[in-house]
Amino acid sequence: MTPLLKVERLSKFYGQRIGCADVSFDLYPGEVMGIVGESGSGKSTLLNCMAGHQPLDAGQVLFNTRTDGMRDVVTMSEPERRMLGRTDWAFVHQHARDGLRMNVSAGGNVGERLMAVGERHYGGIRDQAMDWLGRVEIAADRIDDRPKQFSGGMQQRLQIARNLVTGPRLVFMDEPTGGLDVSVQARLLDLLRGLVREMGLSAIIVTHDLAVVRLLADRLMVMKDGHVVETGLTDQVLDDPQHAYSQLLVSSVLQV
Amino acid sequence: MSDYNFAYLDEQTKRMIRRAILKGLAIPGYQVPFASREMPMPYGWGTGGVQVSAAIMTPQDVFKVIDQGADDTTNAVSIRRFFERTAGVSTTETTTEATVIQTRHRIPEQALTEDQILVYQVPIPEPLRFLEPSEVETRKMHALEDYGLMHVKLYEDISAHGAIATAYAYPVKVEDRYVMDPSPIPKFDNPKLSMPAIQLFGAGREQRIYALPPYTQVVSLDFEDYPFEATKANHSCGLCGSTDSYLDELIVDDAGGRMFMCSDTDFCSARRAKGHTGTSGAPFQEEAV
Repeated sequence: MTPLLKVERLSKFYGQRIGCADVSFDLYPGEVMGIVGESGSGKSTLLNCMAGHQPLDAGQVLFNTRTDGMRDVVTMSEPERRMLGRTDWAFVHQHARDGLRMNVSAGGNVGERLMAVGERHYGGIRDQAMDWLGRVEIAADRIDDRPKQFSGGMQQRLQIARNLVTGPRLVFMDEPTGGLDVSVQARLLDLLRGLVREMGLSAIIVTHDLAVVRLLADRLMVMKDGHVVETGLTDQVLDDPQHAYSQLLVSSVLQV
Repeated sequence: MSDYNFAYLDEQTKRMIRRAILKGLAIPGYQVPFASREMPMPYGWGTGGVQVSAAIMTPQDVFKVIDQGADDTTNAVSIRRFFERTAGVSTTETTTEATVIQTRHRIPEQALTEDQILVYQVPIPEPLRFLEPSEVETRKMHALEDYGLMHVKLYEDISAHGAIATAYAYPVKVEDRYVMDPSPIPKFDNPKLSMPAIQLFGAGREQRIYALPPYTQVVSLDFEDYPFEATKANHSCGLCGSTDSYLDELIVDDAGGRMFMCSDTDFCSARRAKGHTGTSGAPFQEEAV
């Protein structure tokens, strides 16, 4: 089976400092990969580099495109990368306000990607927006409300709907549950897990919350100081951590 | 006439503006940056249009200025006087006689010809500005034809008002490439944008010039199930009785009385001179006699 995403020796430096160094991995269709590590370990840098939000200093990010097979998204032209960004890729930001248009109604937010790829039928756009709001458990009568009037959890769910409406194959998530209280987190995770399974999505989830990866991720990558220190199946890494830092990380979680 | 260089601007400035105009004509709908000069009038009064007019004007030109369709409002009168004094060109209020027409927010009702140039005053040339505040980003969006956001605005209109409520500065797509702000003309005028005359757009404060060559394809953006409609008030002109011209609404007394009349004053008076009269036109005619 060909991987959906193939990252090879990706490195990013901030001057003298290491952002992330020499990261390589394959992601297969339908697989969810978790990246964990402490603050400053380079996990967000890695995610932004892969998603084309930041230039990288060395390495390749190969994506299995629908038309041309494996393509390096780093050397890809900007229009092509943007096209990927609004069709096959999705990016869920930690803060919903970074990923949403706060002055545009919920329906408009969900419809934007559809219109960007050429959908020109208002009724059709609205039906799809309505459908997606339903899937992320936002009441249909909120379709014309602005995200400003939504709670944090609803904003995050709206952001997910907005990203998944074009049926992407790869979702990048940066701390999707950050800043939400635990019960809202639990529902969001439940929702995400359902959507990932139902749509057969591949996802890369960056988080410092081990509970999130335990629930969502098939495989895990532990990062420390810009380097990958351990990889493996999620349960394997969490139950039997080998590297000293992984052991510290796992033992730091408060057992209630 | 020795006080000023012909048409106020110095020749080097005109050359710079003409180059921007030529580039604009070569890439219809593309906003060309230019080094806008300070003009002896405030920004928002048509400094962009005046600079474009000054750059293309020749001593033989006959100049007309329209302000919201009218020839006799402050803006129109003062710009007309400005060029009478600084260029010595003859001016007119008759659309058919003019060779250069500077306009604010209207296209004349009278169809223009290949021998005429229409110069628009533009306050905000960037159609994406109120959706995306960053100039860097909007330029990138134009370069990459990333125009999904424009339809988000129209979507929002329909979801809030049940129809596309944008009534002026209605966005258009030029030759299937650039999305362009046609300046704040009513959307009633949008279908006229494909015309035999050259159209030049000048934004002084924003330092942009763009252009439409003759017979350019200009399409107003819309949805399949909410197609573009050129709307006007559903009345006839009270003075000349015209049913197909764009109308202004006037409050005529303190009792809620109102009348509708052509916004294009030249068009209206030409019709009245030919003997057309509207419902409220009679008293005016009596007074005039």
